[in-house]
Amino acid sequence: MGKAVIDVPPKGGFSFDLYKRNAMLSKDGVQLPPFTKTGTTIVGLIFQDGVILGADTRATSGSIVCDKNCEKIHYMAPNIYCCGAGTAADTEAVTDMVSSQLQLHRYHTGRESRVVTALTYLKRHLFSYQGHVSAALVLGGVDFTGPHLHTIYPHGSTDTLPYATMGSGSLAAMAIFESKYKEGLTRDEGVQLVTEAICSGIFNDLGSGSNVDICVITKGNKEFLRNHLQPNPRTYVSPKEYSFTKKTEVLLTKITPLKEKVKVTEVGDAMEE
Amino acid sequence: MSIFEYNGGAIIAMVGKNCFAIASDRRFGVQLQTIATDFKKIYRVSDRLFLGLSGLATDAQTLFQRLMFKHKLYQLREERDMKPETFASLVSAILYEKRFGPYFIQPVIAGLGDKDKPFICTMDSIGAKELAKDFVVAGTASESLYGACEAMFKPDMEPEELFETISQALLSSVDRDCLSGWGGHVFVVTPTEVKERILKGRMD
Repeated sequence: MGKAVIDVPPKGGFSFDLYKRNAMLSKDGVQLPPFTKTGTTIVGLIFQDGVILGADTRATSGSIVCDKNCEKIHYMAPNIYCCGAGTAADTEAVTDMVSSQLQLHRYHTGRESRVVTALTYLKRHLFSYQGHVSAALVLGGVDFTGPHLHTIYPHGSTDTLPYATMGSGSLAAMAIFESKYKEGLTRDEGVQLVTEAICSGIFNDLGSGSNVDICVITKGNKEFLRNHLQPNPRTYVSPKEYSFTKKTEVLLTKITPLKEKVKVTEVGDAMEE
Repeated sequence: MSIFEYNGGAIIAMVGKNCFAIASDRRFGVQLQTIATDFKKIYRVSDRLFLGLSGLATDAQTLFQRLMFKHKLYQLREERDMKPETFASLVSAILYEKRFGPYFIQPVIAGLGDKDKPFICTMDSIGAKELAKDFVVAGTASESLYGACEAMFKPDMEPEELFETISQALLSSVDRDCLSGWGGHVFVVTPTEVKERILKGRMD
């Protein structure tokens, strides 16, 4: 314990300094708190003009729903979107990071991003952490080579498919796709099929729920349909609202007025150089 | 025994009409023994930005000190306060940095942003943001808090009604949790003033 530690500012990336303390605590029988997961049903399919991505909107912490309307379709590039399942912090952080890397790459090359570029960035990152970054992704987009749809597993393996599902509700959604998918779907047929697949996940899988989000990507255009379908409205709102006749007892009240910030207006000549 | 149940605590934040309220209980304990009954879990980061930290108290204090340090540097560089959305991203980044050896806390951030629009958000211990338009909860009493808030919350409440609702939700939930309670501490923030109130609750 006699090591002198100089506080160097972190260079970015993960910092492991609390790892030893946490390992010691878990040896004493202390459990790690549950991370927010996105139980999830996420799907993607290729239709005649491009790619359609769909996702449910429930985020869970253990068995409690902590977010009834979260966003699982993440922006990667103007022509590429990515749905994420698994640990919520991991999917958000990894899609954010690759989105920034793609932006830098676009500046460097001066061209529109390709879906395989995003795919390679993601799989390289996930493989290097050997599956500990728990993000299962459905990546879809349209670049100059055409529409592409890929799935990426937490350990870094990828598949290229015409239709794909991931998450705890993937089996429910895949059942719908396997029975109704055909090549050359129109936009409306595609949106209808994706909605059906997500609804199948929402109603049959306990880890998925709430609303359906859809993203339609075609050449040169994208449509983000947030809450495209809301099949679970709250129906039990009581017309007689809560009214508290017995008021809470207050022991002490302190009021702090918020000061108006002083506005400085420059009058007169500017300073000479 | 979960590490979150070592100290105990409960935090709620709720959105009203051009105002918000953030409340916490006041207990500080070590497992089943109560050490203090006036422990502050809500910190004032700037005039209109509040941060509540539930979970392991030592990590809450360390994290608060690191965040104040970064916020003060930001204030010196940019000559203005941080927007609540920016602060939430900062907290999320600091927590995700420790992804494989996390801080054992669950933060609740509440502030007034541009055009006095209230902003609330919570995160899990590794920084997964949950932005809500109505209420967010954190702590050992979170399951009861979710239920109480779902039932009692109404959109667009005035500050006085918001205070009453958040206090009732907090006190009724912590009454069902052994590790939180011993009164309540409520901040109601409007564009012109901050009203801080201490609630009388069951002391058991």
